[in-house]
Amino acid sequence: MNFFKTNGSKLSTNMHKFIANQKGKPKIITLEKEGKKNKVDKRLTVLTWVVILLAWYLVTKLGLFSATLVPSPQRVWITFLKILKNGYNGVSIWVHLGASFQRLFFAVGLAVITAIPLGLLSGYFTRIEAVIDSIVEFYRPLPPLAYYTLLVLWFGIDNKSKVILLFLAAFAPIYLACVSAVRKINEDYILSAKSLGANQKNIFFKIVLPACLPEIFTGIRTAFGVSYTTLVSAEMVAATSGIGWMVLDASNFLKSDVIFVGILIMGITGIIIDAGLRLLEKKLIFWKGHV
Amino acid sequence: MVNEKKQEALIEIKDLKLEYGGKKDSILALDKINLQIKPGEFLCVLGPSGCGKSTLLKTIAGYLQPTSGNCLMQGKVIEGPDWHRGVVFQSPTLYPWMTVKDNVEFGPRMRNLPADEIKKIRTYFLEQVKLTGFGDKATFELSGGMKQRVALARVLANYPQVILMDEPFGALDALTRDNMQTLIRDIWKENNSTIFFITHDVDEALALGTRVLVMSKRPGKIIKEFDVDFTHTIAENNSKDVMYKEDFFEIKKEILKLINSQIEE
Repeated sequence: MNFFKTNGSKLSTNMHKFIANQKGKPKIITLEKEGKKNKVDKRLTVLTWVVILLAWYLVTKLGLFSATLVPSPQRVWITFLKILKNGYNGVSIWVHLGASFQRLFFAVGLAVITAIPLGLLSGYFTRIEAVIDSIVEFYRPLPPLAYYTLLVLWFGIDNKSKVILLFLAAFAPIYLACVSAVRKINEDYILSAKSLGANQKNIFFKIVLPACLPEIFTGIRTAFGVSYTTLVSAEMVAATSGIGWMVLDASNFLKSDVIFVGILIMGITGIIIDAGLRLLEKKLIFWKGHV
Repeated sequence: MVNEKKQEALIEIKDLKLEYGGKKDSILALDKINLQIKPGEFLCVLGPSGCGKSTLLKTIAGYLQPTSGNCLMQGKVIEGPDWHRGVVFQSPTLYPWMTVKDNVEFGPRMRNLPADEIKKIRTYFLEQVKLTGFGDKATFELSGGMKQRVALARVLANYPQVILMDEPFGALDALTRDNMQTLIRDIWKENNSTIFFITHDVDEALALGTRVLVMSKRPGKIIKEFDVDFTHTIAENNSKDVMYKEDFFEIKKEILKLINSQIEE
């Protein structure tokens, strides 16, 4: 678990906030209180970033470090606009981002399609778990880049090796979430459904699947977080396109302003993806916390 | 209905024995249970906690198979759960991803009834549990008593031949419980249902049941049966006065003595 914790720490703190918000929902008084608390929290967040930006500005203004190593905020901003307009090395930023996201979404999609049925089945039948679980447990703690070199040798430097890498990274958290979700399901849900006349198929689709959805969704969010970090590192090891590659290429030419822009874009897109997933979760799993 | 009355017992349990766990460390939960449930009966089961009341209910529901002996419904061995025996659990097992309406419609849907009939059934039973207008609510917006009423409506919607209830009002506050008792009595009378009702509350058993069983501590056996009639009196007079009369206290005292003797031993 440690490996994921370090990678997904941002995710998990967001999750706690989300759960806390959900719990406060039924009572209006706590909601109001929480609203006030949230306002203070938000101000603190904004303040933190203002301080960081100010420190950055002052450090560069006073010339404490060489401008080649730490570019000023203004220069990063100008570079950002330039990259937005002209792209990097003649290739549009959207092409780089598109290349990265295509890999990411395709791999996570593949993991969702395979890990959910396999995970649910493993939770149901110990014999299926006996086959899959040991494999997952073996490769899960490995740093993805350790076997990435092997994947590049086998599948080439292009998309295929990266998609397989990301698929493996995304598979484990979704699979494990499904297994644990099935284990934790309230047995009375299934018993009562049987007593109401539901057959096995209906029990699976109308009871087990929705009952597991909250945990599955948490697994998917973790999978996105893990895959995204893996993607960027993979692109920095071996690639010819993508946002990670852009940063690597810029570092070769000591273009620190481009590196800064690349990192900012990665951070912001990561936040946007997670926010999108959280929104989707709120819509789809409106009963979360009430199971 | 006439046919059902002719058949003496709806549920028949013969020499039931039930053991939990493996061969070495098995626990004998139920032993030598002989019991008949007749159509239209309101059977209440009392006993010290851990005596196997719930195990007995689970066996009748079909969730557990007897180690030896038989559990029959209308002469046929109960092989697994089915919709003829509805179960209401202590904590309502409503599905939170479905609205109140969808929860009530779940049974008829699973049985592939036509849509207009499903709607009719849902409307009827939501009204019977006094929740008309709550159909589109989410289950987690309801209070504990309301949830248990939805759980009841969901079971009633299948027109089960027997309703098995496992301390259904145990988690409710005293006032709500009182209302729920009146509701279940009214429904039982109106629908002519057969109810198997587990409780740890002697007053509740006497105020609802037509027959009260007292079970021993583990291994659970039936140590005494009481035929009572307070529930009819309460329904007819629309008042619980009978619960403050001498003969009510006499029986209550005897039952409490029986249960306490089981705990002390």
